[in-house]
Amino acid sequence: MRSMSESRVYQSSHGPDATRWRRPPLRRAREGRILAGVAAGIAQHLGLSRIAVRVFFVLATLAAGFGFVVYFLLWILAPAGDVGTAANAGRRPVRRPSGGQLAGIGLVVIGVFVLLAVGGFWFGEAHGWPVVLAAVGFAVLWARGGDDRRGRWNVSRMPGSMQTLVSTPVSLPRLAIGTLLIAAGGAVFLAANTSVSAAGNMLLAFAVAVGGLGLLTGPWIWRLANQLMEERASRVRADARAEVAAHLHDSVLQTLALIQRANEPRETASLARTQERELRAWLYGRAPDAAGVRLRDAVDDMAGRVESQHRVRVEAVTVGDAPLDEGLRALVAAAGEATANAARHSGAESVAVYVELEEGVVTAFVRDQGSGFDPDAVPEDRHGIRESIVGRLARHGGTANVTSGPTGTEVVLRLPRSEA
Amino acid sequence: MSVRVAIVDDHELFRSGVRAELTDALTLVGQAGTVEGAISMIRDSRPDVVLLDVHMPDGGGHAVIEAVHAELPEVRFLALSVSDAAEDVIDVIRAGARGYVTKSISPPELVAAVRRINDGDAVFSSRLAGFVLDAFSGEAPQAADPDLDLLSAREGEVLRYIARGYAYKEVAHQLGISIKTVETHVSAVLRKLQLSSRYELTRWATDRSLL
Repeated sequence: MRSMSESRVYQSSHGPDATRWRRPPLRRAREGRILAGVAAGIAQHLGLSRIAVRVFFVLATLAAGFGFVVYFLLWILAPAGDVGTAANAGRRPVRRPSGGQLAGIGLVVIGVFVLLAVGGFWFGEAHGWPVVLAAVGFAVLWARGGDDRRGRWNVSRMPGSMQTLVSTPVSLPRLAIGTLLIAAGGAVFLAANTSVSAAGNMLLAFAVAVGGLGLLTGPWIWRLANQLMEERASRVRADARAEVAAHLHDSVLQTLALIQRANEPRETASLARTQERELRAWLYGRAPDAAGVRLRDAVDDMAGRVESQHRVRVEAVTVGDAPLDEGLRALVAAAGEATANAARHSGAESVAVYVELEEGVVTAFVRDQGSGFDPDAVPEDRHGIRESIVGRLARHGGTANVTSGPTGTEVVLRLPRSEA
Repeated sequence: MSVRVAIVDDHELFRSGVRAELTDALTLVGQAGTVEGAISMIRDSRPDVVLLDVHMPDGGGHAVIEAVHAELPEVRFLALSVSDAAEDVIDVIRAGARGYVTKSISPPELVAAVRRINDGDAVFSSRLAGFVLDAFSGEAPQAADPDLDLLSAREGEVLRYIARGYAYKEVAHQLGISIKTVETHVSAVLRKLQLSSRYELTRWATDRSLL
């Protein structure tokens, strides 16, 4: 997911059309950063200069520490990664902070508090120190741990959620120190606020405990939830792809293999046509058993069967559609017999099947342009026409008519329908 | 003079196949694999007939016809497709294509279809005839133009024969009329298909299972 959005940004920011600048996602920049890359990231995101953003943070920090809080939150929430240089973001190793950076962070933190104290924005002993303690504990727990973890997450593309739980713990000393600091912050806060009533104390203690827990686990839960969502999305994609792959493997690939082995053009064409029919039915969402339900699908299905059995082309056209009933089923079966006859005996390369459903009557035409035959000369014992076509339709009150000549044969099947 | 043809299809393999089949009988003046490329190719080379794939990225054959039809009315289009979906095919016809055949058509039949289009006639395959009969079947919509929204009895007959697999010549023979008359009927049907509101109404109704 991340790599996709990065490549999009990469294209648009390096593409020829520079006027259509698209806002890159907010990331903590790794390049050009001084502390955690929050200011540099915001500068990229908004298209401002880094200096301006940094000056804003400093000024905002003077206003009751607002800037500091915002910076800190973004540090935790914004994922790390360079926007403009997406190509090498993926393989950039996670760096430990340099000594200079650590010193810088320390100095900034101390400076912020000194400024706050001097500027008269200090919350007072009762609130100030607990906040400092909790904030430092939080930082110890999450700040660098977060980067390490992200680094690892990038390397292994799709870790299971259990795997992330087990394989990316915060190191034990850090966990201990962070927890202690947060707990100490809570304790100092409670101790400094004992003036409130006992009931209030209970509530306050509870709130402090919840807040402490939030500080301890919040970022972790936040990231885990993000991770789960990404995993789910990619799993859905993978499932869809697997289903398509399975279907194509069972149908198209098998047919292609058969076609390579077939040495007769007629056979090749027949295989290709059958596969085309199947694939089309699948693409346009026909249910596998729809042939047993609707007239149009039944006709298509019949045509496909004759095509694959007799190696001729069958062009089937149906006008109107209705759910299959006994009569329509008989008509399609009779038309199938006529089509198969044409395929077997006429010598024509293609057979046209046309079925039209009108009010009160359904008509099927099966036509070939082959050698033709004399219907009266067909021996008595041949069941094809007499039984399967004429007889079958007669039982449902229909008629069959065969006209044949040197330019081909046409079988016309007509079946009256009582409207349901 | 040989008919000047262009092929527009996003499948290179199909283009080269058709090219090989047609070059003996027709003059190939251009080809394109994208909607954009097709539009500029048609403007540059002014073919008589364009073989146009119904399905292409960025709008398909529909978009190509819409872009050049008003500007170059003398360029005629024959839609080619592997698609079964009636609405896609009819959309291209309504945009201005003069006919529709499936890609499984044999080379001599394709050449004949191109010549017929070049002569200003319409080319209805059995499948397109079926689609049209379907679209015009049932009761005529209320308050619509009856001249456009109904097929005449003769037009219906002609279309039925075509749907049954009869060639124009055979239809003429069966009905005891000239080929020219068959072509006139088919062109009239094409015009109705392009101008009537009938098809949209039918589609609207079938989409909602009202018919």
